[in-house]
Amino acid sequence: MSLYFLALLAAAVSGIPGLFLRRRGGEVAAGLLGLAAALGLGASLAVLSGGQVGSFALRTAALGAPGLLVFDPLAAFFAIPVLILSVCGAVYGLGYWEGRRGNTPLLRLVYGLLTAALLLLVAASHALTFLLAWEGMAIAAFVLVMAEDREAETRRAGWIYLAATHTGTLLLFAAFALLARVQGQAGFGALPAGLAASCVGTALFTLFLLGFGFKAGLFPLHLWLPPAHAAAPSHVSALMSGVLLKMGILGIARFLSWVPDPPPWWGGTLAAAGALSGILGVAFALGQHDLKRLLAYHSIENIGIILLGLGLGTLGKATGHPAMQALGYAGALLHVVNHSLFKGLLFLSAGSVLHATGTRDLERLGGLGRTMPWTSAAFLAGAWAICGLPPLNGFVSEWLIYLGAFRGLGLEPGLGWQGWPLVILVSLALIGALALACFAKAFGAVFLGLPRTETANHAPEAPRTMLLPMGLLALACLAIGVAPALFAPALGRAAGVLGGSPVGSPVGGEALTALAPLRMLTWAAAILGLLALLLGRWLRPAAPTPREGDLPTWDCGYAAADARMQYTASSLADGLVRGLRWVLRPVAHLPRVAGWFPRPARYESHVPDPALDRAAAPALQLVARGAGFLRVAQGGALPVYLLYVLLTLLALLVWMVA
Amino acid sequence: MLQFLLHGLTALLLPPLLPGLIAKTKARMAGRKGPPVFQLYYDLAKLARKRAVFSRTTTWVFLAGPVGGVAAGLTASCLVPFGHTPAPVSFEGDVILFAYLFGLARFLTILSALDTGSSFEGMGAAREATFSALAEPALFLGFAALAKANASLSLGTMLAFPGSLATRFTGPLILILAGWVIVYLAENSRIPVDDPNTHLELTMIHEVMVLDHSGRPLALVLYGASLKLLVLGALILTPALPRAAHAWQNWLAFYLALGGLAVGVGLVESAMARFRMTKVPQFLVAGVLATGFAFLLLLV
Repeated sequence: MSLYFLALLAAAVSGIPGLFLRRRGGEVAAGLLGLAAALGLGASLAVLSGGQVGSFALRTAALGAPGLLVFDPLAAFFAIPVLILSVCGAVYGLGYWEGRRGNTPLLRLVYGLLTAALLLLVAASHALTFLLAWEGMAIAAFVLVMAEDREAETRRAGWIYLAATHTGTLLLFAAFALLARVQGQAGFGALPAGLAASCVGTALFTLFLLGFGFKAGLFPLHLWLPPAHAAAPSHVSALMSGVLLKMGILGIARFLSWVPDPPPWWGGTLAAAGALSGILGVAFALGQHDLKRLLAYHSIENIGIILLGLGLGTLGKATGHPAMQALGYAGALLHVVNHSLFKGLLFLSAGSVLHATGTRDLERLGGLGRTMPWTSAAFLAGAWAICGLPPLNGFVSEWLIYLGAFRGLGLEPGLGWQGWPLVILVSLALIGALALACFAKAFGAVFLGLPRTETANHAPEAPRTMLLPMGLLALACLAIGVAPALFAPALGRAAGVLGGSPVGSPVGGEALTALAPLRMLTWAAAILGLLALLLGRWLRPAAPTPREGDLPTWDCGYAAADARMQYTASSLADGLVRGLRWVLRPVAHLPRVAGWFPRPARYESHVPDPALDRAAAPALQLVARGAGFLRVAQGGALPVYLLYVLLTLLALLVWMVA
Repeated sequence: MLQFLLHGLTALLLPPLLPGLIAKTKARMAGRKGPPVFQLYYDLAKLARKRAVFSRTTTWVFLAGPVGGVAAGLTASCLVPFGHTPAPVSFEGDVILFAYLFGLARFLTILSALDTGSSFEGMGAAREATFSALAEPALFLGFAALAKANASLSLGTMLAFPGSLATRFTGPLILILAGWVIVYLAENSRIPVDDPNTHLELTMIHEVMVLDHSGRPLALVLYGASLKLLVLGALILTPALPRAAHAWQNWLAFYLALGGLAVGVGLVESAMARFRMTKVPQFLVAGVLATGFAFLLLLV
């Protein structure tokens, strides 16, 4: 526990020296965050390898002795991505952000505070600490999103984020108040049996799902997510997408861990929400032209996958099928870490592209693989992992969920509606295939083919401070993908907490490897790698042939093909976007060609966000218009306000006397 | 041990025979003599001695497609039983690895197509990505139905379908196989989804993605495609084959069935024309529906 507190402290103060130092403030901050990561990872690994669970309680006369913090396996598990991504982002920020834009010391300070708030949040075991850390996290993230507040787009994104997060927090206040009323105290702990089936249980579940859903970016509560991720600096986007969203998942997971007897429909609801988020997230990602918005929609998709796992685990818990419970929960939790790693990697490499070319528009990039080989390899690793392809980490977590769902298929009674495992299975397959299409499009449009603009043609490779964190994250993705069995004990313990044991361990690592032969994946990866190596060597004498002259692509004999004839990102996704137009509803601005000598015309198409652009924005505009009538009372003249005060005073006087 | 050796040799050496059989069938149906059955072996041997030509646009990703296709295909071949002889590697959940290995091959092939910067290859890549998104659910629904019937998660036991003709599993099995044949034709880019022999690049799917490959990379591409014919073929054939008492009978049955499958594909190709591109998704959805109904029947 002391290690944890030291890590918390180091993270919180990491930005402070930078306020006073003239130079090297960023390095100091990154160093302190590195220290925090080392300490925190030490604490996490100790707990996850079966060490003692630390806790912290406040001893005051007024409040009794509430336990404020518990660093249990679940907290330790969620702390790992927080620490890794935070230090990677800080090192990356040295090359990406320092010395280019204003207000850097403030950003560093808030970045450290955000990390500290996240660390506090994972271990919170009392409504008070939880909500405090939650608000701290929300506000720190708001400041970071607004880093480039000179741009109108960023300001809009920031305000939408602030409004959305507070709507979610409002629901959480209601949920925690209800919880405190039921329990008679606001500390976290197991709920009495039978509560889940009652009305109160239903209300709690709904409030928590919606409140945390806002943060996690559950469809259709995700409305803040794409603009905020696009507008924030890339290392902040990485931290937000990788970790901040996961706090919504942490909340849902904590809640599930208190409930000993969830009704099956909870699992079904979670799975349905996951399927919706997953499929629509990736479908909307297909329609995007903005690299960072595309990645943001993929976060929605991956949150969907995590919820599919949580839903499966809950179904297993509700119906007393420990194998399904263990596999579902373990898959969901592993996907939490995996998604942080590969999405962090993807956002960082997208940031390198933005840094080098100044644009996030897929149609203005292309061919960066030749000038930015390392960034391109990093993005490819991230894309490989996020599509769930073996032998990287994304495959392992999806595989666990698949296994759980396949097991669920064989079970007959008591699942409520017995189609859930099938829904989970088919959703996962569909999500996987669509994600593959989307990342083939993104990687192809940015890094392959011919550069579509002059800036893309001369994009320089990112500096070493930016490449190092990317390399680290890519290695982590590979390590989990190739040797998943090493991580099974830790995963089993964390999943055990979700199953309801406070220190976690009915589902130990051995039990998990017995359910899912993780070691075989290592063998498969070895076979695959060996074959690829052999075949690559066989191609080698062919590879360095003198490149006879400077040959163009054959292109069926047409030698003058140029970048404008290339397939664009939009045309790559066109088939699927067309097929899904009944849900995506793309908007195209067609040029009008008329007359003998038509004027130059433009064609534009984009896919607006259904929740923000089609629902929330028009609805809120309506509210704003309605509120316009109230403006009469708010004229802005001081005498009028004085009059209000006087009238209120008089009214109070009358009321008191009466 | 001998079985595994035979399995490995079959996976390594047999695949190029299948396109030859298909081509021969088509030629015979059209009243031509056609190329020898072993034509692909000759082609591969020749390509292996040829130098490759690379466009200035390409990077190392251009080679990742051919390498990944063959590596993933061979790895997948270790997981699937050839007929009723067990696969060399078999474990709980290898089904998913099997399916995702083909996903990996597809991902890398698409990327190496996009690496050329050619719009023809872009077209092929877009189509491949689109159509496979529909083929994937059909494949998985079939797996789900088989898992439900067999209570197993391993390809080896899952494909050993517990059915002689006359059990309640026969109906679902026929539906699964019907759905999977559609997947098979689509994944292997055969008529009616794709026409490997057309002269018009604009209408191709798979062949247009590898227009720029030459020499050894092209040899790998061609070999990878034939490997896919074999491995996915084993997936379809195994549940349909009766189980024999002796290993050699099982092998014989498998080889005969494989030859029959290749001839069958050739007959389909001779009898039908390629669908219009807009019809292809409907055809694939039929596959999804067939496997979906199979699952429903198993619930009853």
